[in-house]
Amino acid sequence: MGEFSTAVGKGAEETGIRATHKVLLRVRIIQRWQLYVLLLPTLVVIGIFVYVPMYGRIIAFKNFKPYLGILGSDWVGFRHFLRFFNAPSFWRLIGNTITLSLYQLAAGFPIPIILALAMNLLPGQRFKKTVQMITYAPHFISTVVIVGMLSVFLSKNFGMVNHFIDSIGGERLFFLGRPKYFQSLYVWSGVWQNAGWGTIIYLAALSSIDPELHEAAIVDGATMWQRVWNIDIPGILPTIVILLILRMGHVMSVGFEKVYLMQNALNLGRSEIIATYVYKMGLLNAQYSFAAAVGLFNAVINFIMLLSVNRLSKALGQTGLW
Amino acid sequence: MAKTKLTRQDKILTFGVFSFLTFAVIVVAYPLYFVVIASISDPLVVNTGKVWIIPRGITFGGYAKIFQHKDILRAYRNSFLYMVTGTTLNLALTISAAYALSRKDLIGRNLFMGILTFTMFFTGGLIPLFLLIRGLGLYDTFLVMILPNAVSVFNVIIARTFFQSNVPQELLDAAVMDGCSDFRFFFSIVLPLSGAIIAVLMVFYAVGHWNSFFNALIFLKSRERFPLQIILRDILIQNQFQEEMEVTDENAVMAMMLAESIKYGIIIVASVPVLLLYPFVQKHYVRGVMVGAIKG
Repeated sequence: MGEFSTAVGKGAEETGIRATHKVLLRVRIIQRWQLYVLLLPTLVVIGIFVYVPMYGRIIAFKNFKPYLGILGSDWVGFRHFLRFFNAPSFWRLIGNTITLSLYQLAAGFPIPIILALAMNLLPGQRFKKTVQMITYAPHFISTVVIVGMLSVFLSKNFGMVNHFIDSIGGERLFFLGRPKYFQSLYVWSGVWQNAGWGTIIYLAALSSIDPELHEAAIVDGATMWQRVWNIDIPGILPTIVILLILRMGHVMSVGFEKVYLMQNALNLGRSEIIATYVYKMGLLNAQYSFAAAVGLFNAVINFIMLLSVNRLSKALGQTGLW
Repeated sequence: MAKTKLTRQDKILTFGVFSFLTFAVIVVAYPLYFVVIASISDPLVVNTGKVWIIPRGITFGGYAKIFQHKDILRAYRNSFLYMVTGTTLNLALTISAAYALSRKDLIGRNLFMGILTFTMFFTGGLIPLFLLIRGLGLYDTFLVMILPNAVSVFNVIIARTFFQSNVPQELLDAAVMDGCSDFRFFFSIVLPLSGAIIAVLMVFYAVGHWNSFFNALIFLKSRERFPLQIILRDILIQNQFQEEMEVTDENAVMAMMLAESIKYGIIIVASVPVLLLYPFVQKHYVRGVMVGAIKG
């Protein structure tokens, strides 16, 4: 707001300037009150449904009694955390969560990059459009339907997979009931669903690479492969790094929904992860404080992961989130 | 791009790319295609593994059964209601907040952005949220399907980036000169310019509501409020154990095959609303919008 800055004389006392700034700040806020009205509902919603529960996480350090409320219940320090660390299932939960997450990262992260690089090499637009249209589609299907499709396709007596196995002389298997198949089914159905959609961001990054780089390289006699390796990949590297950081920040938080839906009594040994454990302990067994402690432990680990990967990335001279 | 003669190596790479992408398309498309053909084939033929490429013994009996199923119809209506009201609220909040945050003259903008962005990395957690919802008396109500997710911070950031790069500062300056208020500028100038971003957000939110399972699982208990996804879970997934049983009775086998076949139709019926939105995505998808969003 230029007219205000000229109102303040250059030779004014510093205190005077500060006082004037304060007044001006208030004026400028009042002038823009309509913008604050536009912003307010969102702040209220986030305040109530995210920040209040964030504060409510202190329940993890209390012995929550419903009739006393969160604030009225007694503090118990780290008792619930210690109980969790000493629980017989602790290492199994951590192990299941981390291996599932890393497996998902290892398979799910590079595939969209490879797909995008390949799509970007297609000479015409028509086939590219078709590839995009088809590979994006599964992203819009709900988790329940995806798991439903898995269970129908893999059905022991009626599913197409077992019919196929049967027809080549193999033995029918109840895949969803076998712990050893759980992680692969989870990860590869996820790749099937999301790899196409995941290319969008890389395709956008690829399309913002200066075409002159490619033209110059062609003039210099570079092969297609050399151009992919020396222009395309370096061009999308910042995007790759940022997405990788974001993913690392969620390494301990495998989505609850799909695991929960794929879970059954037979595959529990591999499919019980922290999120499903929190749900069962908290909402089904009503051990609110204990479950909240487990959840908080998980969230803190995630946050620390995010910070460290971000720092590491910056130290290596790459882009960071902030 | 400059055209030059392809070298032998380039030709091999191009061939490799075509084969790889063709393979990818088949892998993605076949399961979807199979669901479609299985849903209109004779249950006996499908469930004995005789349908692979083309539908056989075409029948729409499965679909007829689905549309007679009371739970499915009610859940369908519920989901539709949650989707329409929820998306409307989502759009109203997201667009207005994003616009306010896109204005450079909003004092405290960085603070507000910080408050919002932080929630993308650290949230309130399931248990405290559940206790809050119960404390507010929202448990098992219509509103619980709409209010807690009334705004997605990620989408606010996407929309904000859009406004920053698509609403020229000169336009605002000119309007301010003419004494236009912020409300008026927002409603009569910004909104008409924002068709693309509204379309994209609408699709994101609508699909999210339609597919949402978690909130209903946690916060609803009355069957008459259940959205489609919960009913789908009951039908598609929860009867998986029936097949661990050894079945010998012929009639029971037939009944199970029929039940199994209906699932294919249910998958289609459940996905139709989302698939109807799909061409919309293709048309309006604004790529730049996503890219700006990552760096927020």
